[in-house]
Amino acid sequence: MTESATATAPSDSTSSHSTTGHLVKGKTGPWEVVIGLEVHAQVVSHSKLFSGAATAFGAEPNAQVSLVDAAMPGMLPVLNRVAVEQAVKTGLGLNARINLHSVFERKNYFYADLPQGYQISQYLQPIVGEGYIDLDLPDGETRRVEIERLHLEQDAGKSIHDQHPSKSYIDLNRSGVILMEIVSKPDMRTGEEAAAYLRKLRSILRYLGTCDGNMEQGSLRADVNLSVRRPGEALGTRTETKNLNSLRFIQQAVEAETKRQIDLLEKGGQVVQETRLFDGATGKSRSMRSKEEAHDYRYFPDPDLLPLDLDQGWVDEIKAALPELPDAKKARFEDAFGLSAYNAGILVAEKETADYFEALIAIAAEGAKRPKEEVAVKCGNWVTGELFGALNKAGLTIDESPLSAEALAGLIKLELDGTLSGRIAKEVFFAMWDTGKPAEAIVEEKGLKQISDTGALEAIVDDIVAQNPEQTEQYRGGNQKVLGWFVGQIMKATKGQANPGVVNKILRAKLDAD
Amino acid sequence: MSEITRLSLSQARDRLQAGELSSKELTEEMIAAVTAARPLNAFITETPERALEMAQASDARRAAGEEVGVLEGLPIAIKDLFCTQGVLTTAGSHILDGFHPTYESTVTANLWRAGAVMLGKTNLDEFAMGSSNMTSYYGNVINPWRRRDDDTPLVPGGSSGGSAAAVAARCAFGATGTDTGGSIRQPGAFAGIVGMKPTYGRCSRWGVVAFASSLDQAGPMTRTVRDAAIMLEAMAGYDPKDSTSVNRPVPSYEAAMTGDIRGLKVGIPKEYRVEGMPEAIEALWHQGMEWLKAAGAQPVDISLPHTKYALPTYYIVAPAEASSNLARYDGVRYGLRVPADSLDEMYEMTRGEGFGAEVKRRVLIGTYVLSAGYYDAYYNKARRVRTLIAQDFAKAFEEVDVILTPTAPSAAFGMGEKMDDPVAMYLNDVFTVPASLAGLPGISVPGGLSPEGLPLGLQLITGAFEEEKLFRAAGVLETAAGFEALPKFLAGE
Repeated sequence: MTESATATAPSDSTSSHSTTGHLVKGKTGPWEVVIGLEVHAQVVSHSKLFSGAATAFGAEPNAQVSLVDAAMPGMLPVLNRVAVEQAVKTGLGLNARINLHSVFERKNYFYADLPQGYQISQYLQPIVGEGYIDLDLPDGETRRVEIERLHLEQDAGKSIHDQHPSKSYIDLNRSGVILMEIVSKPDMRTGEEAAAYLRKLRSILRYLGTCDGNMEQGSLRADVNLSVRRPGEALGTRTETKNLNSLRFIQQAVEAETKRQIDLLEKGGQVVQETRLFDGATGKSRSMRSKEEAHDYRYFPDPDLLPLDLDQGWVDEIKAALPELPDAKKARFEDAFGLSAYNAGILVAEKETADYFEALIAIAAEGAKRPKEEVAVKCGNWVTGELFGALNKAGLTIDESPLSAEALAGLIKLELDGTLSGRIAKEVFFAMWDTGKPAEAIVEEKGLKQISDTGALEAIVDDIVAQNPEQTEQYRGGNQKVLGWFVGQIMKATKGQANPGVVNKILRAKLDAD
Repeated sequence: MSEITRLSLSQARDRLQAGELSSKELTEEMIAAVTAARPLNAFITETPERALEMAQASDARRAAGEEVGVLEGLPIAIKDLFCTQGVLTTAGSHILDGFHPTYESTVTANLWRAGAVMLGKTNLDEFAMGSSNMTSYYGNVINPWRRRDDDTPLVPGGSSGGSAAAVAARCAFGATGTDTGGSIRQPGAFAGIVGMKPTYGRCSRWGVVAFASSLDQAGPMTRTVRDAAIMLEAMAGYDPKDSTSVNRPVPSYEAAMTGDIRGLKVGIPKEYRVEGMPEAIEALWHQGMEWLKAAGAQPVDISLPHTKYALPTYYIVAPAEASSNLARYDGVRYGLRVPADSLDEMYEMTRGEGFGAEVKRRVLIGTYVLSAGYYDAYYNKARRVRTLIAQDFAKAFEEVDVILTPTAPSAAFGMGEKMDDPVAMYLNDVFTVPASLAGLPGISVPGGLSPEGLPLGLQLITGAFEEEKLFRAAGVLETAAGFEALPKFLAGE
C-alpha cells in the first residue's frame, strides 16, 4: 500500500513504450494509457509475519489469533524467518535485486480491524529492489514489465458489517498474515497487458511456491494505478483502483477507468488524484478518498524490530535451490522437445499442467522405449487437445482430471506402437474418461486392436476390389481419387481397425498389378 | 517487628538461608507494612493472598531441600507496567480499566522462577510518562521523606514513584522499575534508595506495557547496591520473544562486587555542570569523586559535547514512539470503551476520557514530529543527534571506565510544583536521559542529604553490558557515602 511508490516518473525503459501504439481513440484525438500494478500476494507459510498463529483459510473467526496479533499490551513482534525466505525466493524469481539490508517501519492509522493502530511494513528500504517479468503476448511478441520493488508487510483483520444492524464484528484471523506487496513500474498500456502481467506473476509465484495465487480467497489481489496522456506528453494524474480480485475485474477496471478519465479530460475536466473502489457487480468504480483526504501514515522504523540484515551466502543458497520457472521451462519444451511456442506456452502457464506434462512424457517414453523428445510432441498434442477439451467441458482442473498421467501415457503407448490408429485412440480416450478403465482393457474389451496383419487385410482388399469392378476401372483409367474411396470401404469393413498405411500399400499393389 | 522490614534484601536472604526466618514470616511482616503504608498510595493493587501462597510454596521448596533461586522467599513489589497473569494491570491509566492479562511478563516470570514473592503492583505515572508520579489515574504517590521542619508532602519522583516509595518506606525489599529517560534513577534519588537501569536489551521488554520501545528498560529498585545486583541477576536474560533483547550470559553481579576499584578511571563530564544547579548537589558530586579517589580510582575530566541536545532529542524520540505504541488503546479489544454512534467517535470518546493530560500531550507531540513536512526537521534530526550522543559516550569510554554525575538537578520537590510548566518538569531528566538515549547502564546511589534533609543521588554510567563494573564501583561509592538516613514515614512504625 505504498501510495507514493508508483507516482514516480516513468523509468527510461518505459519511455520507449510510449510510442509503441496501443493508443485509445478519443473524440479529440488519440490517448495513451499508462498502467502500473500493486499486487498483494499472501505468502505461503504456516504462521504469521510476526507471530506463531496459524494462517489456514476458512477457520472459525478469531480462532487463529495470538496475543501479538490482537496487539495486547506489552506484546512484541518477532520476524518469521520463512517470510524472509519466501520474499527472497520471490525476488530472485522476478530477476530482482535482493537488498541485504532492509528495514521494517510502522504505518500508522486507526481502524477497528488494525489492532496495533499501525501496520508493520517496509517503506524506504524494502527487502527486494528492481526486477522484471517478461510477458508473452497473444501476437507472439514479448513485453518486459519492470518491477519497482517487493516488500513484506502484515495483513489487517477483517470487519464484518452485515451481522448486526448497528454493530460491526471483527475477525482477526487475517491480522498479521504475511503479505508481499509487489509494485510494477508504469509499464503497461492496455487492460490485456495488465491481465497478462498478473497472470504471469501469479504463475511465477505458484512455481516458486511462495503464494498459492488463489484470487477468490484473496491470496492475490491487485490495485491498478492508471493515468492517460497524449502520446509523447508528460504523465497525467493517476488514480488508484483498489482490490481487484480477478483477471476479468482488472481488465474491466482498466477499461472503465480509461473511459472515465478520457471522457473527463475531453469535456475539459481534470483527473483528481484519488483512490477508487471497484465494484465487481456493476463493473464500475467510485471514489473512496481524494489526495486531500489521504492519511498521513507517519512511517517510522519499528523500534521493536532490528533492521533485517541478510547474508549473501544464504541468498545464494536460496538461488541455487530455485525451481525451474515458466520462461525457462517453455524454452526447454521448445528446444529439447521440439514443441511449438504456442503449445509450450500453454503447457507451462500453470505449474500443475507442466508437472502433468512432464510426468506424461516420462512415462510414455519409458513405456514406448523411446527417448522423451520422440514422444513429447504427441504428448503435448494430447494434453492441449483432447485432455484440455474434456477438462474444460467438465469444468475440471488438471489436478482433478479423471485421467492420470499414467493412464494417458498407457493410451499414447498403444498409439505409438501401432496398436491403435489415431482415430480409434480418440475413441478409447473417451471410453477411458467415462469408465476410468485403462486403455489396454478397453481395447481388449471392444476388440479395437488395429489390424496390421497383411494376410488378413489382403483377403479383405481382394473382396472389396472384386465387388467393385466399376471403381477399379476408374482407377486404372487414371482417376487416383478412387483410391481414397477404396480405403474408406476397407475401413468400414474393418470397423476402422485396419492399419491405414498397410491398407494403402496392399491396395495400390493390387490395383496397379492386375 | 520493624526489625524485619528494615533488613536489606540480602540480609533477609541470609536469614532465610540460615533458617532463622521463614518466607511466610517475612511476607506477613511485609503485608502488614504494605497495609500501613497505604497513606503513601504506593500500591495500585495489593496481592496479599497471592503473596502468602507464594511464600508458603517457597518455604515448602526450601523444606524439601529443592534448589532455591537467588530471590527465594523474598517479597517484592512490581511496577504496574508489567503484565501479571490474572492480576489487574493498569499502567496508571484509566484506559486499561479492568485489564487482567492472561500472560506474565518475561521479567516477572523470571523473578517468580527465582523464588520471589509478589506483594502487589505499584503506582506510577500514567504509561510511565512523568517525573513526579502526579500523572497517575490512581492518584499521586507521596514520598515518605519530608523536608526538615516542613510537612509539605513531596513527590517521590517518577515514573517508578510507587516502587521507590514502597522500598524507601520499608514495605518491600525491592521493587521492579522501568526506565525510559530516568524513571528508575530519578525516583531512586528522590527516595534515598538505589535505582539501577541496565543496558538496553539486558532485560526483556516482553509483557511490559510499552512507552518508548527503543528506550524502555526494566531494572531493580532496592535499598542497597548488593540488593540491586541480586535482583538484576534474576530479572535479566535473553528472551527470543523480544527481538531487541541481547543473547549473552548473565553473570553473577553480586560476585562482581569485590570492593576493589584501584586504577578505575572515573570520567567527570564538564557538560553536566548546569546553570542553577543547587550547590549541595555540586558539592556531593565533588565528594563522590573524592570517595572514589580515596578507594584508588583515578578522576579524568571528560567531555560529552552533545549533552545539551539530549533532552530535546529525548522529547522527540520518546513521544514519537509513544504516539504509535499507544494507538492500540482504542476501546476495541480491552480496557475502557466509551460507547458512541460511530467508530471514529468511539475512538475519540474512549481516548479522550481514557488518557490523562500528560499522555495526551506526548501523543500530540509524537504525532506532530512524525507528520509529513515535520518528520525530517524533528524526528530524523533527533535520530541523528541520538547517534552523536551515543558516539560521545563511546569516545569517552575509550578513556574511562565509569562516568560519575549527579542523578537529578534537584532533590524531591513539593506536590503540585512544576505542574504548570512541563519544560521545568522535563528538566528533571537532564542527567539521566543521555545514558538512556545511548542505551547504557546507569545506577543512582544515595550519596547524602540536601540542606533541607532530603536525599540526593549520585549516578554512575558504564559502557554497554558492563554492569559488573558498574555494580563494583557503585558498591564502593555506597560504602564510602555510608548513607544511613531514614525517611520520616516508615511503614508500620
